[in-house]
Amino acid sequence: MKLREKAKVMDAGQIESAIVRIAHEIIENNKSVEGLAIVGIRTRGALLADRLAGKMGAIVDREIPVGALDITLYRDDLTDVAEQPVVHKTEIDFDIHDKVIILVDDVLYTGRTIRCALDALIDFGRPKSIQLAVLVDRGHRELPIRADYAGKNIPTSQKETVQVKMKEADGEDGVIVAEMEE
Amino acid sequence: MDIILKGGHVVDPANNVDSGSDVLIKGDKIAQVGKNIKANGAKTIDCKGKLVFPGLIDMHTHLRQPGREDEETVLTGSRAALKGGFTSLLCMANTSPVIDNKGVVEYIRVEASRAGLINVYPAAAVTKGLEGKELTEIGQIAEAGAKALSDDGKPIMNAEILRRALEYAKMFGLLIISHCEDTNLSRNGVMNEGFISTKLGLKGIPRASETVMVMRDIELAGLTGGKLHIAHISAKESVEAVREAKKRGIGVTCETCPHYFTLTEEAVLGFNTKAKVNPPLKTKEDVASVKKGLSDGTIDAISTDHAPHSVEEKDVEFDFAASGMIGLEFALSLANTELINNKILDWSGLVKKMSVNPAKILSLHGKGSLAAGSDADITVFDPSAEWIVDEKRIESKSKNTPLAGRKMVGAVLVTIVGGKIKYENGKFN
Amino acid sequence: MAAKWARKDLLGLETLSADEIGLILETADSFKEISQRPIKKVPTLRGQTIVLFFFEPSTRTRTSFELAAKRMSADIVNIQTSASSLTKGETLRDTARNIEAMKVNIIIMRHSSSGAPQLLAESVSPSIINAGDGSHEHPTQGLLDIFTIKEHKKKIAGLNVSIIGDIAHSRVARSNIWGLTKLGANVTVCGPATLMPPEIEKLGVKVTYDIKEAIEGADVINMLRIQLERQGQSLFPSIREYAMKFGLDADKMKYAKKDVLIMHPGPINRGVEITPEIADGPYSVILEQVTNGIAVRMAVLYLVSGVKERIE
Repeated sequence: MKLREKAKVMDAGQIESAIVRIAHEIIENNKSVEGLAIVGIRTRGALLADRLAGKMGAIVDREIPVGALDITLYRDDLTDVAEQPVVHKTEIDFDIHDKVIILVDDVLYTGRTIRCALDALIDFGRPKSIQLAVLVDRGHRELPIRADYAGKNIPTSQKETVQVKMKEADGEDGVIVAEMEE
Repeated sequence: MDIILKGGHVVDPANNVDSGSDVLIKGDKIAQVGKNIKANGAKTIDCKGKLVFPGLIDMHTHLRQPGREDEETVLTGSRAALKGGFTSLLCMANTSPVIDNKGVVEYIRVEASRAGLINVYPAAAVTKGLEGKELTEIGQIAEAGAKALSDDGKPIMNAEILRRALEYAKMFGLLIISHCEDTNLSRNGVMNEGFISTKLGLKGIPRASETVMVMRDIELAGLTGGKLHIAHISAKESVEAVREAKKRGIGVTCETCPHYFTLTEEAVLGFNTKAKVNPPLKTKEDVASVKKGLSDGTIDAISTDHAPHSVEEKDVEFDFAASGMIGLEFALSLANTELINNKILDWSGLVKKMSVNPAKILSLHGKGSLAAGSDADITVFDPSAEWIVDEKRIESKSKNTPLAGRKMVGAVLVTIVGGKIKYENGKFN
Repeated sequence: MAAKWARKDLLGLETLSADEIGLILETADSFKEISQRPIKKVPTLRGQTIVLFFFEPSTRTRTSFELAAKRMSADIVNIQTSASSLTKGETLRDTARNIEAMKVNIIIMRHSSSGAPQLLAESVSPSIINAGDGSHEHPTQGLLDIFTIKEHKKKIAGLNVSIIGDIAHSRVARSNIWGLTKLGANVTVCGPATLMPPEIEKLGVKVTYDIKEAIEGADVINMLRIQLERQGQSLFPSIREYAMKFGLDADKMKYAKKDVLIMHPGPINRGVEITPEIADGPYSVILEQVTNGIAVRMAVLYLVSGVKERIE
């Protein structure tokens, strides 16, 4: 199976401004950053979380705690995949108890990843609330999950995939819609 | 009905025959060996391109009867023997009950004649219950027809007991076959001690376990003048010890088995219990030394140490698996591949190791020779036939061999015992 | 990470590649954090059944595996028996087939006979994890030792590791030797000649009977447990002499490097192979080994549970 690139839907500048906008929305929505922490889902959600924390920190002039969550061990499809996915480290160095957690991922699709992440997060303690921020919402939900903050809504078909590229992992920033070829 | 074997290559070292000849059998005896024998009315077996030699004699077989008839019986063992070209065998005493009295010796002889396929000679135990403590009633056992004495499977650790056994058995002309193993050195050991045992974490048996006993037994044979035969020699140093003993004029003979000139300890890798055997398989160097011992005459005989074991005894942890492998059906083909094709022995030399010498060592009169008047025990062998060892086609009741799947060169076509065709092209009569 | 895991069983480190060992170590690194959470449990092996099949008494290894399995939400069953009672009736293979028929996913097995786990691995479909077989291998112990070394030294290649004690009967020594040499360490083994297996140098290790030589220049010293029963088998004259010649004490530590790591697979015979002051001293990472054991075993359970190819 090959992927054929169809369209570049966001460039580096658009990603940057989406993150800035979400940063402002989060601060506005929560009135303050007191008791607020950010947790990104590995791999690209964690990278986005770092950037988002940086923006928010700059706005309020204080450091926002940020962590990375690996949800592999919570996946509901381990019995279906051909081989075990690589497990990465979960790094949450702060107590999440009674915090407002901003959960960050790159693309919101079926909602299953977020479901795993919620289960994983709750194993670390009982946050006051969990809010969801994503760069791209592409629809096709299979679970009752929605994003509190979305960088961009991109209507897609299920044959398509949305790829978020980030400098730290992929050498460049951008969001691409691609189609699977038979 | 008379039988004539036409046009084969006859190998009869006892009579210095190694040429194209016919063999005529009348009744249960050999009538004549020579060129272009005319025999009107005789059944003719075409032996063109085949080898014809005196029937093979296995000095070392475990038939498991009485006691473990699920593993082998006199009948099934006899069939395996015929397929392997053997017309006579000596069955070991470590049955249950042990062949350690006149009654059990007679029982084996009755079972053998009931099976009616080959000559089965019982060996009886040297000591009661194979315990290495008290001598059996050797005089009565000799009268009952035992052809040798052996505690095989176990050594006689007490040198004094073996000394007395050699002296006492000498009165009856009985041979003592010694299983050489120092059980203090070999205790709990399951394979040869060396790099492979280190790698597998299995308890090793040092090679000295065999050799110190070979040396001890040689000295006892020298001391007593008794008839000593050393079973299943596997170690280089043991071959050397026997070579020296023979130079000194001590009356000792010895045997090795096909696995000791075919396989090495590497066969154990992967915890293969089918390659667990006692004495354990050794190194390439030992294999080379055993071959040298065969070619220079140090080793007198090739026996099989055919040791049938049930699946339950082998399909277990390596430590708990029984030792031994079956051998009757493969011995001649392995010898053909390893010894003839590698020019270790010529056919005359091999027939000596597998027929002439065993007959001599066991004092089997009329065996091991095709001279007129000898017993008509004959093996016809096709040295170029190829076959693959397939567990399903093994005649022995047990299938414990590490050779499954191996290509064999040479197959027995006809086995004649006492003038009767008992085995011919895969069929038993 | 280039390596992929495709093995149904973990029987030993002999057969693993350096990449496969690396994959287990990296996976274990990710698992380590789980045991530090308030809720020490992930749902990964939910609905999977694991049998701990121990034919030899063991507290430490069994507990470590049990915790690893429980922290991954597997259901576990303990079977403790002795090898000898099994030989009387049912064979090992029969017992295993019965367990297989109960639809078990993983069998963790300890046995006094070398090769016993392989016998099972060849005949049943559940994954077999060797928790120590005879004197053959103890792969998870080898892995956790290497993991602990790597945590401290940040590398394995080029390190000098000395393993001291009863090498002949030690499955821990063998698994360490296989793993460490594959990853490029220089391994020295040291012990009395009677407890040194023949031709061990062919495994790529240096052999010495002089403990001073084993200590000098070593980055890591792994002290093996001496089975006190061996005293009666003429393998060494007395425990006292063993402790004097091959035990690690403050006096012998004078030869050690300043940043040496002292390891021991446990349980320790205090005052025999190692004195309490050394076992509890600043160089000792013995308790870290125990902590890391759980992460390594979780990683192994995770990796084998994903393998789909099974014996029919």
